[in-house]
Amino acid sequence: MSSENVRFVDFKSDKQPTWCPGCGDFGTMNGMMKALANTGNDPDNTFVVAGIGCSGKIGTYMHSYALHGVHGRALPVGTGVKMANPDLEVMVAGGDGDGYSIGAGHFVHAVRRNVDMTYVVMDNRIYGLTKGQFSPTSREDFETSTSPDGTHQQPVNPLALALAAGGTFIAQSFSSDAQRHAEIVQQAVEHDGFGFVNVFSPCVTFNDVDTYDYFRDSLQDVGESDHDASDYDAAKEKILDRDTEYQGVLYQDESSVPYEQREGVEGNMADIDDTPPEDAMDLVREFY
Amino acid sequence: MPEDLNWAIGGEAGDGIDSTGKIFAQALSRAGRHVFTSKDFASRIRGGYTAYKVRTSVERVESVVDRLDILIALTERTVEENMDELHDGSVIIYDGERTMMSDFEAPDGMIGLDVPLKRLAEEAGGAIMRNIVALGAACEVADFPIENLDEALEKRFGGKGEAIVENNRAAALAGQDYVQEEYDLDTPYELETTDADYVLLNGDEAIGMGAIAAGCRFYAGYPITPATDVMTYLTGRIDRYGGKVVQAEDELSAINMALGAARAGARSMTATSGPGIDLMTETFGLVATSETPLVIADVMRSGPSTGMPTKQEQGDLNMALYGGHGEIPRFVVAPTSVSECFWKTVEAFNLAEQYQTPVFVLSDLAMAVTEQTFPPETFDMDEVEINRGKVVDDDTIGEWQNDSGQFKPHALTDDGVSPRAFPGTDGGAHMSTGLEHDELGRRTEDTDMRIEQVDKRNRKVETAREREDWSPREFGDPESGNLVVSWGSNEGALREAIDLLDEEGVDVRVLSVPYIFPRPDLTEEFEAADDVVVVECNATGQWADVLEHDTLQRVKRVNKYNGVRFKADELAEDLTDAFGIAGETEVEAE
Ligand SMILES: Cc1ncc(C[n+]2csc(CCOP(=O)(O)OP(=O)(O)O)c2C)c(N)n1
Ligand code: SF4
Repeated sequence: MSSENVRFVDFKSDKQPTWCPGCGDFGTMNGMMKALANTGNDPDNTFVVAGIGCSGKIGTYMHSYALHGVHGRALPVGTGVKMANPDLEVMVAGGDGDGYSIGAGHFVHAVRRNVDMTYVVMDNRIYGLTKGQFSPTSREDFETSTSPDGTHQQPVNPLALALAAGGTFIAQSFSSDAQRHAEIVQQAVEHDGFGFVNVFSPCVTFNDVDTYDYFRDSLQDVGESDHDASDYDAAKEKILDRDTEYQGVLYQDESSVPYEQREGVEGNMADIDDTPPEDAMDLVREFY
Repeated sequence: MPEDLNWAIGGEAGDGIDSTGKIFAQALSRAGRHVFTSKDFASRIRGGYTAYKVRTSVERVESVVDRLDILIALTERTVEENMDELHDGSVIIYDGERTMMSDFEAPDGMIGLDVPLKRLAEEAGGAIMRNIVALGAACEVADFPIENLDEALEKRFGGKGEAIVENNRAAALAGQDYVQEEYDLDTPYELETTDADYVLLNGDEAIGMGAIAAGCRFYAGYPITPATDVMTYLTGRIDRYGGKVVQAEDELSAINMALGAARAGARSMTATSGPGIDLMTETFGLVATSETPLVIADVMRSGPSTGMPTKQEQGDLNMALYGGHGEIPRFVVAPTSVSECFWKTVEAFNLAEQYQTPVFVLSDLAMAVTEQTFPPETFDMDEVEINRGKVVDDDTIGEWQNDSGQFKPHALTDDGVSPRAFPGTDGGAHMSTGLEHDELGRRTEDTDMRIEQVDKRNRKVETAREREDWSPREFGDPESGNLVVSWGSNEGALREAIDLLDEEGVDVRVLSVPYIFPRPDLTEEFEAADDVVVVECNATGQWADVLEHDTLQRVKRVNKYNGVRFKADELAEDLTDAFGIAGETEVEAE
């Protein structure tokens, strides 16, 4: 398939999503597919890794090389894929539970490792697939089946976590702002390094607080202000702002050099000869 | 048993015990002598008893024995720890000027050589060379010309400049001279040299070398004793061949990175020890279900939990065989010696890709820390073959697409092996998942498809059983009714143990099995035997249980689980006991 003619529907599989009608994940996925197509990728050169959760089903509904892994571990898989074959476009997707709870350790390390891939988190501030328990991004007073009087815990701020870990591309979008969301994901794909996008992707079944209306009314787009994403302090100020939530690219380090390029290993690790290299006996002689 | 000499240096961790031992072992190996080393170490960086032991002979040595001829004791505790192995005529080298050794007296019958190690080292250029002085003294005792140390010292200190190497030579010489002048020794030891040139390496290094030879290009791991040496070996070396080592944030990440690289088409591996395997187990099921070729080395140590992290055990066999929820088709190979760590790793990569399964390489601490000599041809790279299995490319993928042009990565084939398309292959885009899936890789709960896919994955094992050679290694007397079965690192000790038994007139037939799953069917061998004894380093006899289950026959068991590997002479005694022939044949330790 030649990449010039790729359209976003080419990234669609013929599987009908089983997401609840109205789920934010539809919009999140469409934006991802658009971003991939717009950046000239094709399904045979794209690898999508997903975790577990409603969000994790995304790999099933997209058409590309894909792996649907275990809960919380999608980022290490993406790291392995990209390092083994840097020619592939790697996109990792997951939920807030998947990424910031069970996978929080990997998140921090993937951010600081800065492998050139895109990480999209469908943040619905709830556990969807296990039917409505609180997640790490749930508000302190959020009542769920496992937090009848609220969570009694502060929510995690994923953008701040990424910034503290040395993130080189930190963005936030809203799945129902289709145009803007696709644009932001596209910027993440184009970024040289780890492109992180936290996407507000409402759960219409279990979360009646962080709704479409809530985000529509409250989100402020940094594109509408004169926010300079390369300005670390400005980014920090917005990311740590407790009163306002922003959409757009909050921080980008233009000088970012991806991990796999830093180490100077180029080429495809999949290509190996069917015999050991000529000088292989040198490996043995080292032990003289 | 070969004419051998047993030498050790012991002291506190941080005393440079390891590097001194290694210098001696390398010198012996360069001088054409065989070497087999072992280590006693505790889980701490400074302080605490630690020792490096070298057994050497002109003939091959494959085991440790219960005997110590020359001991360099930097602390009194070193002597206490090794009391059982010391004997009449053992030589103990120590520094009586050291406060903690000033009251030391060699036990009756032994020869104490009080050498002012520190003082002589200072005269040669620095107290730090104390151990090298001791080494020189030991060379004199063992009648081993110290010129033989030259290359090993060069290798060890060459990077720090020629002056340092010279100082170390002077230190060794000072030790030798001191013993020559102050003592009128008459020991029976004589370390003759030969023209042979050996290489000296340990099991972890052999695994790493095997991986590179087999085309492994991606390694992700997390440090853990005793598997870390695999990672350190690969670091810096795999790059030369276009590969990469990643130190992951934990074992969960390590195995998932390795899985990702494998899906991208790289030959990929991870290595860890018991606790790390625990963490990897969930992903292990994903590897199998998504039919990803992956090599996972478990360098076992003493468990459960953190157990005795620096001690030997073969306790993870059940976990390798059965670990993980659900039923997971897997291959498990267990190298039986340091050189087999190389060859079985090579084989593991081929099995993984030919059958698209996870393959466990089950090694252990005893092999990981044992440095052993081999003729370099033992690792003849021309013998290494790489088989990538059923990989399809742009031209051949069409055969594996359905009518709508969709690729079938889990096609239901007769041999159970499906085609594999590396990402980037045109028309190969597909999904892999840990969920049960259909031929396209898509989730299904269809009852028939579930059965078909489970059967398909298990069929790979049946195919491999038929196609590959799973024979055990056999030695001893093929006609003997006394059958010993072992797995993993016990083989060397067994080889020497049966020589000892032979000297006593006892015949034994030994089957050393490197294949845990699939494994050979030993029913006939069991039926032909009068008595079967299964030897393993664990308390419950996990291998014995498996074999009883396979053959429906009861076996006798020799188990060791104090944290120390089998020693040849001790094992000979255990076997005579187990076969009920003790008394008729008394086996001496010497
Ligand atoms: C090891 C493990 N623990 C628990 C689960 C059960 N589980 C499945 S999805 C999920 C939470 C998903 O939440 P989130 O990532 O926010 O995704 P959402 O469903 O909300 O999109 C959990 C706990 C699992 N699959 N694996
Ligand atoms: S439960 Fe929530 S997150 Fe899951 S599909 Fe339904 S709306 Fe979406």
